[in-house]
Amino acid sequence: MEAKTKDLWVFLETNEDGTAKNVGIELLNPGRHLADKQGGKLVSVVIGCHTDAAVKEAGAHGADQVIVVDSEEFQRYTTDAYTAALAHLLEKYAPTSMLIGATPNGRDLGPRLSCRLGTGLTADCTALDIDEASGNIAWTRPAFGGNLMAVILCPDHRPQLGTVRPGVFKKPDVCEDKAEIIREDFHVSADQIRTTLLETIREAAGEIVDLEGADIIVSGGRGVGGPEGFQILHELADVLGATVGASRAAVDEGWITHSHQVGQTGKTVGPKLYIACGISGAIQHLAGMSSSDVIVAINKDFDAPIFGVADYGFVGNLFEIVPALTAEIKKARA
Amino acid sequence: MNILVCVKQVPDTNEIKIDPVTNTLVRDGVPSIVNPFDGYALEAAARLRDDAPDTRIVVLSMGPKQAENALRECLAIAADNAYLVTDRIFGGSDTLATSYILSRAIAKVEELEGTKFDAIFCGKQAIDGDTAQVGPEIAEHLGYPQVTYALEVKSAEDGLHVYREAEDGKEVIGVQTPCLITFTKPSFDPRFPTIKRKMAARKAQITQLTAAELTNIDPEHAGLKGSPTKVKRTYVPPRKEAGVVVKEETTEASAHKLYELLSKAHVI
Repeated sequence: MEAKTKDLWVFLETNEDGTAKNVGIELLNPGRHLADKQGGKLVSVVIGCHTDAAVKEAGAHGADQVIVVDSEEFQRYTTDAYTAALAHLLEKYAPTSMLIGATPNGRDLGPRLSCRLGTGLTADCTALDIDEASGNIAWTRPAFGGNLMAVILCPDHRPQLGTVRPGVFKKPDVCEDKAEIIREDFHVSADQIRTTLLETIREAAGEIVDLEGADIIVSGGRGVGGPEGFQILHELADVLGATVGASRAAVDEGWITHSHQVGQTGKTVGPKLYIACGISGAIQHLAGMSSSDVIVAINKDFDAPIFGVADYGFVGNLFEIVPALTAEIKKARA
Repeated sequence: MNILVCVKQVPDTNEIKIDPVTNTLVRDGVPSIVNPFDGYALEAAARLRDDAPDTRIVVLSMGPKQAENALRECLAIAADNAYLVTDRIFGGSDTLATSYILSRAIAKVEELEGTKFDAIFCGKQAIDGDTAQVGPEIAEHLGYPQVTYALEVKSAEDGLHVYREAEDGKEVIGVQTPCLITFTKPSFDPRFPTIKRKMAARKAQITQLTAAELTNIDPEHAGLKGSPTKVKRTYVPPRKEAGVVVKEETTEASAHKLYELLSKAHVI
């Protein structure tokens, strides 16, 4: 496919109530940088049902143009409907590149779309820029469990596609909404959607864990020793207004549910403060949290790799320092 | 029911170390394993066969000759037959080229097996590349519906019912066959091979498929040539400079110091 414009598209995934998922707004931040360098518009593509709030949010965060497909069959994500809609739009407008949030749905959609269009897709990027020599997007992504970073180009195929994990970029500042809105009347018939949602099993309300949106995360690993050990982490989290996270080791031991997991096979997070308690810092864990603004490591082993990424470290018993820190914060705020 | 499970032989990324002198990846001596997520796909197929003993499970891999070891392990665990796609001209394939080759190989395996597969199972991603792209791309090449992030699959009258991990819980998705399903880590552990199966797997014949045997393949879409993405360069991520270690006389004093530092950094 030949690109007709130098525009940079950002796919804005919506929730079932039509509001925007955070990552689609976050991506307007690197999207602006890339669009300016490419010399094209920054376009947000919204697909869903009752999407007015999402469309407004895209405009308020700097999209030059918002292309909207709003219809009942898009209320809930399905591979078939969303691939059809985006393939149609990409063929019609032929932008030079598109960013997709690497949510479960985004990772389901991206490869299906790239294969239909016969173009390249780079997964789970952590940095985006323009390759000065060729003008292509330089997609940087971790491989081998984060041991190696690779810079990928897609030189001869358009659009260039890439997915980016939630939490890697911060939302751009709110600005004056100058977005031009284009509504596309596109529909998919019921028989084109070959999957059916039969049942939803929600986690209990208290179980929903918003790690990606958290400002502060208090996270525990193998050193926490058991489910009881997480109690003192919860107490610290409570005084800080923080969310509790965990390493894969703690989740695999069954001490805390997978929804708390940070790292390569869990969530990628970028809070203002990340307090790692009893986490040794396997590369897979570091890949999910090393972009945090400030990292505190608490571990009894000074050789633990977590100290390699920490801004502040405490070598010692977490069962002593964590309650002491909780008490200190309580005292200071009393 | 006939199920094809796609597997990849990968280096155990937990064992990969960085050479501190050259700052490069040390791959020598790193053990090769069956990609764990592909193991979950194989287990899901085995569970379907537990309920319906006439289920046939075939495994397919693409890679160098030594990937046969991964296929033998799958035979030892649950598979009935195994095929290896191997050819130098397939080297350097990105996910799009890989999925194209595999989709053509699937057509060939169906011809050799004399039957169509009702379902194709894959791991959600391989732990070396971590792209999670090859499964959905095979589905697109074949024109099949897909379900990703599956935990378990049950046979139903109208196709398959897939228990899938969702952002805030689980979903049950009904999908018609033929289809492609990718698997993530379930709450149960995959089964181990029995001694008897292990012995049989060691002697089993593994059919090799080269480019010449995949008569339906267009070499323009395979290997480096057929790969839209190119690796420009790779590097070992830089290490951050050492942070401040807090070490006061007492735990309380350390906690106080830590609090001061975090306050000063305006993060609490």
